[in-house]
Amino acid sequence: MKKRWYDYLWIVSLLYLFLGLFNILFAWLGLLCFFTPLIIAVVGGSKSYCNRYCGRGQFFALLGGRFGFSRKKDPPRFLKSRWFRYGFLTFFLTMFIVMLWNTWLVLSGIRELSKTVTLLWTFRLPWHWAYHGSAVAPWVAQFAFGFYSVMLTSTILGIFTMVLFKPRSWCVYCPMGTMTQLICKARSGNNVSLSQNYKENPYIMQSEQ
Amino acid sequence: MQTVAKRVRKATVGREYCVACGCCVKVCPKSAVHIVKGIFAEVDFEKCIGCGKCARECPASVIAISEVPL
Repeated sequence: MKKRWYDYLWIVSLLYLFLGLFNILFAWLGLLCFFTPLIIAVVGGSKSYCNRYCGRGQFFALLGGRFGFSRKKDPPRFLKSRWFRYGFLTFFLTMFIVMLWNTWLVLSGIRELSKTVTLLWTFRLPWHWAYHGSAVAPWVAQFAFGFYSVMLTSTILGIFTMVLFKPRSWCVYCPMGTMTQLICKARSGNNVSLSQNYKENPYIMQSEQ
Repeated sequence: MQTVAKRVRKATVGREYCVACGCCVKVCPKSAVHIVKGIFAEVDFEKCIGCGKCARECPASVIAISEVPL
């Protein structure tokens, strides 16, 4: 199958994590991974971002698929259940708001800049080497540390489930994927028209019974 | 003489749990799968040859290959 330019976006995802090791301000670029899928879902009503442009998904597919770092086992049922997916989305968004709150505390001078990266919302790692002085306001750096924490945490979770289950198991409970799917559902309402082929196909009747 | 119905293999998507990630679309050698409005994957049965690549790739394991009468 012919490769397209977007099949190489996994390099951008890797580069993003790599740059954050040297200058935390690069973490701001991660907002692209946040807003692009949402804009595509709201404006275009599709999950093209997940389907084509998600560098992280490609990275997992490469690592777990081609390089064989995945057991390629079926994920447990709960992982794809609605309560887990929506629950994880809620948890993720709550943690995101906490991160924004911490940024605001630094902006208002209540708290000092914390030059740490928090993994799995629990473990604080020193990350001071990636902060190079006062060229930007402290809150800008605080947001960068917070956002990088989110990106690194989700990558670690994704690698964990990649190893245990299928390469792109992260996609099953990815908060961005869940959010964009919800947006697409809301946009379509109950008006999802299946193709004629689908509607008339007897195999579907058999398999869905 | 009794006639034996010929059976073929086709992929079917469990729409309820499909996350519409598009992994199946990427691996299908016949371009038989597409995502419907960002909600779930759909298989074109005219094109599907039942090779099972999509089922193996699906991270949620919601694609089944079933033997069905022709």
